[in-house]
Amino acid sequence: MARALKTALILGVLVLVNWLLPILIPNSYYFRVIMLCGINIILAVSLNLVNGFTGQFSIGHAGFMAIGAYTSAVLTMRAFPGAIAALTGAGVPDVVAHGAALLVATILGGSLAALAGLAVGLPSLRLRGDYLAIVTLGFGEIIRVVILNVDAIGGARGLSGVPGYTNVFWVLLGVVAVVSVSYNLLHSTHGRAMLAIREDEVAAEALGVPTTRYKVTAFVVSAFFAGVAGALYAHFDSYLNPSSFTFLRSIEIIAMIVLGGMGSVSGAILAAIALTLLPEVLRPVKEYRMVIYATLLIVLMITRPSGIMGTRELSLRWPWGRKASA
Amino acid sequence: MQEFLQQLVNGITWGSVYALIALGYTMVYGILRLINFAHGDVFMLGAFIAYYAAGWFGVQAHPSAWGALLVLATAMTGAGVAGFIIERFAYRPVRKSSRLTALITAIGVSLLLENGGLLVFGTDPRFFPQVAKVEKIHLGLGVTVTNIQLIILAVSILLMLALRWIVMSTKVGKAMRAVSWNRDAATLMGIDTDRIISFTFVLGAVLAAAAGVLVGLMNPKIDPLMGIMPGLKAFVAAVVGGIGNIPGAVLGGLIMGVSEVLVVGYVSSTYRDAIAFVLLIVILLFRPSGLLGKHQAEKV
Amino acid sequence: MRPTTRLAVPAAVLLAVLAVAGCGPKKEASIKVGIYGSMTGTTATFGKSTLNGAQLAFDELNEAGGIGGKKIEYVSEDDQSKAEEAATAVQKLINQDHVIALIGEVASSRSLAAAPIAQSNGVPMISPSSTNPEVTKKGDYIFRACFLDEFQGRVMARFAADSLKYRRVAILKDIKNDYSVGLAQFFSEEYKARGGSIVGEQAYNEGDSDFRSQLTALKANNPEAIFVPGYYTEVGSIARQARELGITAPLLGGDGWVSDQLLKIGGEALNGSYYSNHFALDQPSAPLQKFFTDYKTKFGSNPDAIAGLAYDAANLVVDALKRMQASDPASFAALGSDKEGDAAGAKAARAKLRELINGVQAFPGITGVITFDENRNPVKPAVVIKVENGVEKFAASIAP
Repeated sequence: MARALKTALILGVLVLVNWLLPILIPNSYYFRVIMLCGINIILAVSLNLVNGFTGQFSIGHAGFMAIGAYTSAVLTMRAFPGAIAALTGAGVPDVVAHGAALLVATILGGSLAALAGLAVGLPSLRLRGDYLAIVTLGFGEIIRVVILNVDAIGGARGLSGVPGYTNVFWVLLGVVAVVSVSYNLLHSTHGRAMLAIREDEVAAEALGVPTTRYKVTAFVVSAFFAGVAGALYAHFDSYLNPSSFTFLRSIEIIAMIVLGGMGSVSGAILAAIALTLLPEVLRPVKEYRMVIYATLLIVLMITRPSGIMGTRELSLRWPWGRKASA
Repeated sequence: MQEFLQQLVNGITWGSVYALIALGYTMVYGILRLINFAHGDVFMLGAFIAYYAAGWFGVQAHPSAWGALLVLATAMTGAGVAGFIIERFAYRPVRKSSRLTALITAIGVSLLLENGGLLVFGTDPRFFPQVAKVEKIHLGLGVTVTNIQLIILAVSILLMLALRWIVMSTKVGKAMRAVSWNRDAATLMGIDTDRIISFTFVLGAVLAAAAGVLVGLMNPKIDPLMGIMPGLKAFVAAVVGGIGNIPGAVLGGLIMGVSEVLVVGYVSSTYRDAIAFVLLIVILLFRPSGLLGKHQAEKV
Repeated sequence: MRPTTRLAVPAAVLLAVLAVAGCGPKKEASIKVGIYGSMTGTTATFGKSTLNGAQLAFDELNEAGGIGGKKIEYVSEDDQSKAEEAATAVQKLINQDHVIALIGEVASSRSLAAAPIAQSNGVPMISPSSTNPEVTKKGDYIFRACFLDEFQGRVMARFAADSLKYRRVAILKDIKNDYSVGLAQFFSEEYKARGGSIVGEQAYNEGDSDFRSQLTALKANNPEAIFVPGYYTEVGSIARQARELGITAPLLGGDGWVSDQLLKIGGEALNGSYYSNHFALDQPSAPLQKFFTDYKTKFGSNPDAIAGLAYDAANLVVDALKRMQASDPASFAALGSDKEGDAAGAKAARAKLRELINGVQAFPGITGVITFDENRNPVKPAVVIKVENGVEKFAASIAP
């Protein structure tokens, strides 16, 4: 009963924010940046599951995002319009009908991405760390090249006209979902197993932890949320192009979790926000933007490699203090 | 048949280029367990230094064999210095940190070189000076090869043999091998690991720069982003051959070059970039340590 | 170092950057035009050309005194050659800089990402060189200064089939570039309709430097010509490598070939090849020659097609503004007023601007005489250029 109440409360707050935010921030540019922050948070926190908690090195996140994006876009553009029209015809308000379509499309997109995660994870998680990195990078590139060659979903022209169903509610819902899944996972038996794998895989295996199973689970869950982020992104920008899903994108997400501290959910959130805002802040020096970004990355690694938060989390009890995680 | 042979020639030429770059990756990985993402950009740096050197030394106006050698030597030296600087200031401070930190640093250096290159060299592609006149040589059976391609093959083989000599027959080489097997033991035996690591980086950078100059001669258009794809593919080549293994890098490079060319020519040219990775995944699935790599037992 | 000091270093670097970035005189110019393009990233060279071409036009105007005493201030934003960044850049130009018109983008993919935003905010956008038909279909505020893929592809097909009388042509396209893919598609359709046959089709990726495998495969089918609808950055190398492999067939191409660098990179290998363009360098048109001279003086190199198109796009805006100031000074004055809080007035003024741009009659652009059709695409002829002995010469003019 308490759980249902809590869920209802959270949903209520999200609806309120969804209504309030556009009023408080009428500037579309700021609004856009905030939405992009949200999507990047989902990407960063989901990648943290694999790279941070389980200590595996995956550089293919953009590939899963692409799968989620394109799948959901094709669904809302080609398969759902009939159903949506039926709903609105029956008197359901637009927002609800569109939201329902988005929800279904997002879940399906995320699921397909998760399936891909399974397909990639099962064979490759046998590989050693650095090899896994390259295989995941390769997988991301293969996805991109395949999309580039499929004319039915636009190829190099891209897919335009994706309905813009994403709004604050859905992005925040995605954030809440990924953060609560991560947090709950971390503080469960599964989480401890994952941390054990990160700290010392051989010892964990020797202690009877089914390492492959947990590694693959982390991979699949992380891929699911990457797909979700992709779907939300597709319905926000209304235009998809394979060039948005290169390995550079994967590297940007990795930079976020490294900056935030791998293994820290709140760190990932803070870093995602910081690194989404940074290119905007650096606009006045736009030619030097990437050079500054690269230099900051190097300086950060040299001076504070554990990132902002290390493996610690922000605690609600003492906002300015830090409580160690499990 | 003629087409196949021609494709083979193309493949072997590119294979030797990939091999030169892959050697740098494999040596650095063997010693530091670091994937030096910036290596492909050192390749680009070599091409650009050669471009400017050709202008300074007037080789562009008076092409000659000595001029070409001078340009090559300058590029290799310049890149060697760059490799040294990168190792000393970006990688050494993070050597004690986790592998992931070092990897991120490498990515940062790569981005810095690429975007710095765009700033300094400008966004327009440059035309690499023709320090040697291109001549076609007909090998019979309808297969043509240019003198440049033969030069590339010859120079690559020479450099690889030189590397093998250094690694196998010199004291420095022995020290390099020792450090790659067990760094702590090597230090205890009195080897100055810092110096050896720097030397390895410089050696890798020198080879990459040579590859850059050779590619510049073969395909005279150079631009600051030219190192990304060849770097990635050379890295895949090094992994395919067994990373940390020098003959493996050469084998991997050749396999990479030939298979890429054959797939583009006979199957589909649109999937070119993906081929490298499909090859990688297939090989790793069956031989997880690469073709010539030894299975490294993880010690607890 | 102590933990706090360790965090202080990157923080200090960031703060320093912000301080520098925040500084700068705040000008109060009343008419702002936004230019967005890829100033960094893989197609940085084209973003630069866009900026240069537009800049030349606006500077010329400002030096001549502006319009009704007001000067045009142009604000440029970089989209890093990425589609999502194009959307962000345009959003920023509209909301932060309150621009009254937009010039951009080179690539159709990025124009497609930005156009819906321009349309929904009522800001006229003129793309200098996006050739995908979808772009102007995004709304009536979206225009382009160039002809479509459809037209250009057919131009070369017609030329190859009718003028050069080739029966067998192969295609080598850039799969990563929708412009190239589009041209190849329309060329193929038109050429086959005229009785020709496509004897082979291969592809490469923008940024590749080696095309020997594709060329070897095409050589086996003995084409009389190879259609290479890519950018000059690859075409020069393709020509060289083709000759090295013993392919003597000439190459055919589109306006992506246009650049100073083309002949430098391609050299003798390009002799005997043809490509379609908006203008011919040896055309005795006074404004064209003046544009070349001015551009070369200001930027140190000859303009490519994109610079020319951006120049025309900018001048289309200038021309509309001049007409507005003459015929409707009240709206002209209201153009920049959303900075003072009158968003509705500014929007209405921009709507008037859009109408004036749309209604332009036979605008004498240097890339051709521009009149917009019902889809806001200009109807203008293409020029075919032949490369002979290292020089580019006018060969034919083909009207729609």
